[in-house]
Amino acid sequence: MTTSATAPFSYVRPSSVEEASRLLSRSGGSAALIAGGHSLIPLMKTRLVSPEVLIDLSAIDGLSGISSDTNGLNIGAMTSYEELESSDAVNEGAYALAEAAGQVADVQVRNWGTIGGALAYSDPAGDLPAVVLALEATISARSARASRSIPADRFFRDFLTTALRANEVLTEIHIPAPSKGTGSAYAKLANKASHYALVGVAAVIQIDGSGTCTKARIGVTGAGPFAKRSRRAERILEGKELTDSVVRRAAERVGVEYQGMFNEDIHASAEYREAMAKVIGVRAISMAVERAG
Amino acid sequence: MTIASKGESLKRREDHRLITGDGTYVDDVRLPGLSHVAFVRSPHAHALIRSIDASAAAAAPGVQRVFTGAELQEQLGSLPVGWVLPDQNSPPHPPLAFEKVRYVGDAVAAIVADSPYEAQDATELVKVEYEPLDVVVDGEKATQMGAPQLHEDAPDNTSFEWEVHSADRGYDDAAKEAEVVIKQRMRNQRLIPNSMEPRGIVADFNAGTEQITIWTSTQIPHLVRLLFSAVTGHPEHKVRVIAPDVGGAFGSKLYLYAEEVILGMIAKNLKRPVKWIESRQENFIATTHGRDHIADAEICGNRDGTISGFKVHVYANLGAYLSTFAPGIPTILYGLLLSGVYKVPHISCVVTGVFTNTTPVDAYRGAGRPEATFVLERLVDMFAAEIGRDPVAVRRKNFLPTFKNGRTVSTGVVYDSGDYRATLNRALEIFDYKEFRREQREARRNGRLIGVGFSTYIEISGLAPSAVAASLGAGAGLWESSTVRVHPTGTVTVYTGTASSGQGHETTFAQIASEELGVPYDDIDIVHGDTEKQPFGTGTFGSRSVSVGGQALLMSLVKVKEKATKIAAHQMGVEPDQVTFKDGTFTVEDIPESQMTFAEVAGQAYSAVNLPPDTEPGLEAVSFFDPENFTWPFGCHICVVEVSPDTGETRVLRYVAVDDIGNVINPMIVDGMLHGGIAQGIGQAMQERAVYSDDGQLLSGSMLDYAVPTAEDLPMFETDRTVTPSPSNDLGVKGAGEAGTIAATPAIVNAAVDALKHLGVRHIDMPLHSEKMWRIIRDAREKQRAERSTRAKQRETGGKS
Repeated sequence: MTTSATAPFSYVRPSSVEEASRLLSRSGGSAALIAGGHSLIPLMKTRLVSPEVLIDLSAIDGLSGISSDTNGLNIGAMTSYEELESSDAVNEGAYALAEAAGQVADVQVRNWGTIGGALAYSDPAGDLPAVVLALEATISARSARASRSIPADRFFRDFLTTALRANEVLTEIHIPAPSKGTGSAYAKLANKASHYALVGVAAVIQIDGSGTCTKARIGVTGAGPFAKRSRRAERILEGKELTDSVVRRAAERVGVEYQGMFNEDIHASAEYREAMAKVIGVRAISMAVERAG
Repeated sequence: MTIASKGESLKRREDHRLITGDGTYVDDVRLPGLSHVAFVRSPHAHALIRSIDASAAAAAPGVQRVFTGAELQEQLGSLPVGWVLPDQNSPPHPPLAFEKVRYVGDAVAAIVADSPYEAQDATELVKVEYEPLDVVVDGEKATQMGAPQLHEDAPDNTSFEWEVHSADRGYDDAAKEAEVVIKQRMRNQRLIPNSMEPRGIVADFNAGTEQITIWTSTQIPHLVRLLFSAVTGHPEHKVRVIAPDVGGAFGSKLYLYAEEVILGMIAKNLKRPVKWIESRQENFIATTHGRDHIADAEICGNRDGTISGFKVHVYANLGAYLSTFAPGIPTILYGLLLSGVYKVPHISCVVTGVFTNTTPVDAYRGAGRPEATFVLERLVDMFAAEIGRDPVAVRRKNFLPTFKNGRTVSTGVVYDSGDYRATLNRALEIFDYKEFRREQREARRNGRLIGVGFSTYIEISGLAPSAVAASLGAGAGLWESSTVRVHPTGTVTVYTGTASSGQGHETTFAQIASEELGVPYDDIDIVHGDTEKQPFGTGTFGSRSVSVGGQALLMSLVKVKEKATKIAAHQMGVEPDQVTFKDGTFTVEDIPESQMTFAEVAGQAYSAVNLPPDTEPGLEAVSFFDPENFTWPFGCHICVVEVSPDTGETRVLRYVAVDDIGNVINPMIVDGMLHGGIAQGIGQAMQERAVYSDDGQLLSGSMLDYAVPTAEDLPMFETDRTVTPSPSNDLGVKGAGEAGTIAATPAIVNAAVDALKHLGVRHIDMPLHSEKMWRIIRDAREKQRAERSTRAKQRETGGKS
């Protein structure tokens, strides 16, 4: 608990995803993948986790960078928060993602931390899980033998648990191109110490020419053990003209999915997180609506 | 550079090396054959040690030795307490615990290895069999019947019960006669100092000379040497303590720590140099904490706004053992401040010092004075609210009148000089109070909650007149020393017994010396932090360096000037009183061709060819200064906050600080100190707190959970000063290092209470966390709704009853 150095470990730097996957398989669960390392290294230094093998993904070509086409954005797993925040393509095609990336921790962490690392680790208070849920992202994973795509809303399974298999490497995040009239936003109430989200809400709102909401997607983080969609809030918004009172009524449902499982710690009680999901929900939805219009 | 002078905002000359990586911190000290130490620390807050099996650790790669407490017991002794109050229980404090551990972090074994990594790896191999005991972490609960007992010789976990009263002991009678009596329990939460550089130690032993040398990140090298020698029996003249560059301290490096004793004795046992660098995690649990008071506070007075008295009982949580100065902090530096800036006849203060299963508590920036100021300034606001008067008007009505040379107040102490109206008036020139109240009304109509808070504070700095301190329990004199050594070429080295941990001594002291001797600023070096170089000195704490150490320097400078003048006069063939010394040149009136520079005189002093009779060669002076009084800085801080009714988030919108710290040597350094102090005050008021679970685990034990403020949490500070010189020293200076921290917390909390006053809120404990504020607003609104509906029902049924 008071150590400042990691336990001994061996370090490998594979040059392909396949090789990384084979190393994972061979380790039998004693290895850890490292991307930016800003969640993993502090845990290793305090010896809360002590992997025997550290598999560094930084030498694998093609895992980093952002590209966009008519289908949307493809974001490499090793793309840093800073790159997300400053990318024109992300700012245009997935504004909430840039907005959330810019609110992660501090400059040093944003220069190192990666989207793939954030999603694969699935910190219950991480910012990006809520955003990829609301953006209906698809997460690509590869093993030595196969690759597959996992919709974001089937990716986050439990506390620090994702749909990734033990031999899979998260490689890419695809975000579909937004339809006309779409606005997105991320708002959070931050823990003053860590800047993680006490509650964070991402909203993607699509409005048609007549002012009716044709699609609403809400993702919540920080409130419970893992990020979730707020489907009941979405249903209230869809098919309606988004007046302030409709937004408020929908926000009343933000976080209800966590009933009985709200996080509670020295920073905030379950009751406060439950109440704040609604308040931050109003903020995120209202901003998204404004940007949609 | 040319001659510098007092009052100039010179950039800190030490910063270039510190910022560019050329500083020398303890971790930069590397000696041949250096071995590394890691500590096995207790994971239990309270437990008996049944056995320690270190065999696996001793056999681990790179490990040289494993030391346990039982093994070193005789050599290590018990850590001393440097402040002893009447009837104080000071139970033993073994540097390495044996038999029993009393807090999470208590060290039980030390591992010496070839590398720090091997040493840390081996800590996991030491098998300690513990028998856990019941735990108490709360200062009040620890004194209650049935609480787990930490020490055999401290019944009820009580170290002391200390009191101070106004001479007539008349508070209770005054309260009976008063029109208004207000009582409030206030908690001043525990804080973790978090200096940028954690602690670190290198110890070496020279078997030939039997000298132990200890490099340690400390504020008090000479006291470390004295106490180390006292504890271990190793003779003081064979101990050298060096404090190299120290990366911040805030009071947390003001003690003899267990690790200093252990490292020194390991070096002696193994006859080789050893190093230990504290990790940040370790710093959270093994370095002292600050504050942690539960105060039952009371104010009484009349509806015309006159305050008749303050009363307070405090449970001061001291942690598991007495740290070096722990008993002095919640007593002398707290109780003696309880008259504030007010003409209050009756004061009553009782402090119970309590042991709990937590990290020891000692000084943290402000040390006792922020706790006292918080209680006082909150009480004054509560009193003003109760009698329906303006808090500024109530303060004015009770201010002590202006005085320049001493005024005795009800606590029995003598303030040096004060003009409390001046700082308040200046602050109100910067801050348009009337306009703010208008804005506040308008904001309220728009659903915004904003409030203003005042803190008209005073503090005790310049520690300390030795005899006074000794009568109050101090175990060491608190005077200061200086040596001014003029070299034959006229350059100067100044040695000071104070020791910088970031205060800018090397700049400030050089300004004083440059002006007095007329020697170019760049030709003067300030040397501090090495017991081999300076005469005994007390160190840097309690905002004392310039007011005590600066005065000691001034005295040496005067002696050097006197001797130089005598030599110059002799060489120019005149009497000393015919010689004028200005800007580094000795001249004789009416004989313009007769003149000597300071450097020429220095050369003559050392060549010693033509000195006046009875004059020793050389040009050097040593001085010791023991002040007759403390210095008493004061000021007025004004804070504006906004509270979000939706989330409870609270933000400081504006912060105005007008301080009076007497004369100022380097305004830029002083501004920096005040800014930093206010930032730490905002940290306490808004977000910082150490949290223990009931079983004694520190839940806020890392930067992920302990919220040190950053730039984004702070507004622009609007600062100014008034100048009321201190008569306690010839420089007329008062302490600046802690004033901001002392003043800030009540200004902020008063502002938050003011923002919610219309909801019936009277008091809020720190920190002003969002959830707490949200609950207060929610509960207050529910209460108001309930009251409205009760009134409505009463109206409905009113006619019938």
